[in-house]
Amino acid sequence: MPDDGRLICAEKVCKTYQTAETPGRLVLDHVDFSLHEGEIVAILGKSGSGKSTFLRVLAGLTPPTEGRVAYRGHTVEGPAYGIAMVFQTFALFPWLTVLGNVELGLEAQGVPRAERRQRALKAIDLIGLDGFESAYPKELSGGMRQRVGFARALVVNPDVLLLDEPFSALDVLTAETLRGDMLDLWLERRVPTKGIILVSHNIEEAVEVADRIIIFGSDPGHIRAEIPVSLPRPRDITSPRFQQIVDEVYAILTTVPGREPGRRGLRGVETVGVGYRLPAASIQQLVGLLDAISAPPYSGRADLPHLVESEHIEDEALFVLVEALQLLGFAQVAGGDIWATPVGRGFAEADLQTRKQIFADQLRRSIPLAAHIRKVLDERPGHSAPEARFLAELEDHLSEEEAHEVLETMINWGRYAELFAYDYDRGVLSLENPT
Amino acid sequence: MQQRWGLPIVAWPSRLRPNYWDGIALPLVLGSVVLLAWASRQMGAPYRLGQTLAISLDPRYLPEYGLRTVLRMALALAASLAFSLAYAAFAAKSRRAEKLLIPVLDILQSVPILGFLSITVTGFIALFPGSLMGYECAAIFAIFTSQAWNMTFSLYQSFIGVPQDLREAARMYHLSPWQSFWQLEVPFAMPQLIWNMMMSVSGGWFFVVASEAISVNGQDVKLPGIGSYIALAIEQRDLAAVGYAILAMLVLILIYDQLLFRPLLAWAQRFKVEAVTQDEIEPPWFLIMLQRARLFDVMRSVFDEAAALLSRLARRAAPRRAGAHRLRFGAAGARWADLVWNGLLIAGVAYALIDIARFVDSEVGLREVLHVLLLGLCTLARVVVLIALAALIWVPIGVWIGLRPRLARRVQPIVQFLAAFPANLFFPVAVVAILRFHLNVEIWVSPLMILGTQWYILFNVIAGTLALPTDYQFVASNLGVSRFLWWRRLILPAIFPAFVTGAVTASGGSWNASIVAEIVRWGNDTLVATGIGAYIAEATEKGDFPRIALGICVLCVYVLLFNRLLWRRLYLLAEERLRLD
Repeated sequence: MPDDGRLICAEKVCKTYQTAETPGRLVLDHVDFSLHEGEIVAILGKSGSGKSTFLRVLAGLTPPTEGRVAYRGHTVEGPAYGIAMVFQTFALFPWLTVLGNVELGLEAQGVPRAERRQRALKAIDLIGLDGFESAYPKELSGGMRQRVGFARALVVNPDVLLLDEPFSALDVLTAETLRGDMLDLWLERRVPTKGIILVSHNIEEAVEVADRIIIFGSDPGHIRAEIPVSLPRPRDITSPRFQQIVDEVYAILTTVPGREPGRRGLRGVETVGVGYRLPAASIQQLVGLLDAISAPPYSGRADLPHLVESEHIEDEALFVLVEALQLLGFAQVAGGDIWATPVGRGFAEADLQTRKQIFADQLRRSIPLAAHIRKVLDERPGHSAPEARFLAELEDHLSEEEAHEVLETMINWGRYAELFAYDYDRGVLSLENPT
Repeated sequence: MQQRWGLPIVAWPSRLRPNYWDGIALPLVLGSVVLLAWASRQMGAPYRLGQTLAISLDPRYLPEYGLRTVLRMALALAASLAFSLAYAAFAAKSRRAEKLLIPVLDILQSVPILGFLSITVTGFIALFPGSLMGYECAAIFAIFTSQAWNMTFSLYQSFIGVPQDLREAARMYHLSPWQSFWQLEVPFAMPQLIWNMMMSVSGGWFFVVASEAISVNGQDVKLPGIGSYIALAIEQRDLAAVGYAILAMLVLILIYDQLLFRPLLAWAQRFKVEAVTQDEIEPPWFLIMLQRARLFDVMRSVFDEAAALLSRLARRAAPRRAGAHRLRFGAAGARWADLVWNGLLIAGVAYALIDIARFVDSEVGLREVLHVLLLGLCTLARVVVLIALAALIWVPIGVWIGLRPRLARRVQPIVQFLAAFPANLFFPVAVVAILRFHLNVEIWVSPLMILGTQWYILFNVIAGTLALPTDYQFVASNLGVSRFLWWRRLILPAIFPAFVTGAVTASGGSWNASIVAEIVRWGNDTLVATGIGAYIAEATEKGDFPRIALGICVLCVYVLLFNRLLWRRLYLLAEERLRLD
């Protein structure tokens, strides 16, 4: 089936990361996906949901452990000609000029010098970089650098463009301009590209750009929901239809599966075990957000998209905070709204010492890892235990890096709650406070 | 106005028109080509052991000797560069090769450099019978061993540290392995590599001087060069000649610095990944000339064409082998191959150990081994005491200078220069002093070991103090911190990482220097201090191969242990706890 309108087709893609010590951890679990000719698909998901890994599997940068990816009917076994990628970090070669960076892909393909130069100049012109041909990347602002990233991708006349959070390292204004320019090129058919996949963590961006939104769930990464966006273009981000879709996406992304009130999760009840990947939320921000929800104008209940705007939080940071508030039983989320629980309201009204007490109670009640650590410390003679012990336990469920992150979050929370103490130099958790 | 990124090749006429920079460039280039050709002809001159090479103490010959020395240095540097590129690329690309190559490199690094000379010289002579080339190769090889290892380490570190996103971009845009080596990995490694090359050359001058006068089976061979000149000056007790040699060396190092490393360092700025604006280096005059003179444009485009051709050839030789296929190797097969490879490695190591034990047992006996171990302890004591003394002296001075940024900027190049200057040129002066004042040899020979390497401590302490944010000092003075507390709570922790870096280099250099510093001469007077360096030097003079091997092995073990047990731990401590960011 060489031409059935599907540019890229992924069937039952699984990805396991395996190291010498650990038995292997599933990051992608049977993902089925296809990109059709003429569409832009946005992939949303919390950090760690495997959306970037999935993009790399599609790109041929990393092979799937199981399943198959095909590009125009041919199995992908390495970066395919016809697929280009734009990176979050720009990934420009700092020792090459703008022109050199843009020519790189053509040079690699062995395009003759004169043609190379001419095509590169055209791409640079297209993306609005003329005048900067001889600049080095470090002389440019973030937005201009990403333009180079786009020019480098477009110069090879890609069939499919893979965008890995291309706007998330840019400030809001710059991101908006560049996004608009890219969309114009696409809508006016000034580039030969037939399909675009955009990985993003910005919900509004996804709704503005995409014809279809795929939402990834975590642990292991899987497709949780698919939302078609059939709004006419150019899209008006203030229209009620637009806002409704945004709300819908927020609702899906901020509910912990299995915790939706009154409804079972899509994949059944997920219990939060000792090895649960705790969201890396800072205490300061948690307290700040809870205070904001409890105070006017929200007075206990807030619309998430509004909250994002009024508190100047990034979507990605919001997901982390909201998940933490839910896990700790301070707040609940449904239908794109968040409201404080009685415990959460009690916390917001309390003074500093009482807050710590409430936080400690909630930790022991709702976070199995906290309860576990405390139990171990209570039982051990000397009331102390090396962190390596808990890391080893976490690594049964998580990668080494994630285990470190989770324990770091746990230690932060535990220290605030004065549930246990931690000695950085010795790497020991204990019940003692420094004397 | 010419654009920097190089115009298309069709624009020949305007590029070819020489400008006034060519007035300097052309004679410089032609002159060096002629001189180098002449000097390399001399290297292959016929020679038989026992023949005396005429070395004259007449200072008029010094330019010629200097040229020969520089040529040796340049050849060794080129060899080091080629070696380190190949070795590091191999170690970084292959997981299995890495397991063997990196530990081997670690050991090679701790083998005393002059030890290589003693061991390899016979082999090289056999390679070129009846010609001076064998001796030249041995000397060049000794210099090579003083330069190659740290360059290789730096390259390897850089190769494995290439950012993931740049690697992905290279693969995504279908750069062949050959292209991504030259377009991504080597450029990424460039700033660190050039810095290490500079360090290598600094260390190298010492060994150039030490390796030009070679003794083979009790026969002295003096290769024409500054090192031989000074060796002769020592034999003939000519203090004035020693002075000339020092002066000539000074000029040589200055030329190397100005023509090679200042331009290279400034040029390497562009390869830095993070955007630096703060300490941009002013382009030195030589670099400006290279960039402006049309002659070099012509040379560069010829070079570019050649590189493109090579790249095309490499593409044709290895078509379409873009990564992913090879990653899919059967997991079970890979595990078996790993097992076999590890087995081979272990077997090899075991065989070597048994062989060494048998050799030592039959040739020298256990008693002598113990004796050498004791000698090693003596040298160890010297190194420890010297580093401690150097720290006591240079840390306060370094901090004092570092707190005055303007002064520091002026002092740093001088200190770098002092570190490059081969301290062994000053040995005769020290010996004369010891003889004149009848000083204790055991004690007063020791400072020679650290004469050349102490500068690394000073250099790093100054850099560490400069990096200390001024906020901290404001806080300290705001809180009215006392002098003692200021040292203990602020300065010492802040400069600790830098100090450790400097001290590691200094101690490594001191071990190496012990071979030439524990036994020194002035005419017929020989001063010998008890230590493993003197033991190796004496064995080398007699051509006693088993004892040379034993001495080197023991010294090697000491250096390895010392590094593992002391420096690495301090280094980790500094990394973990006391980093400023």
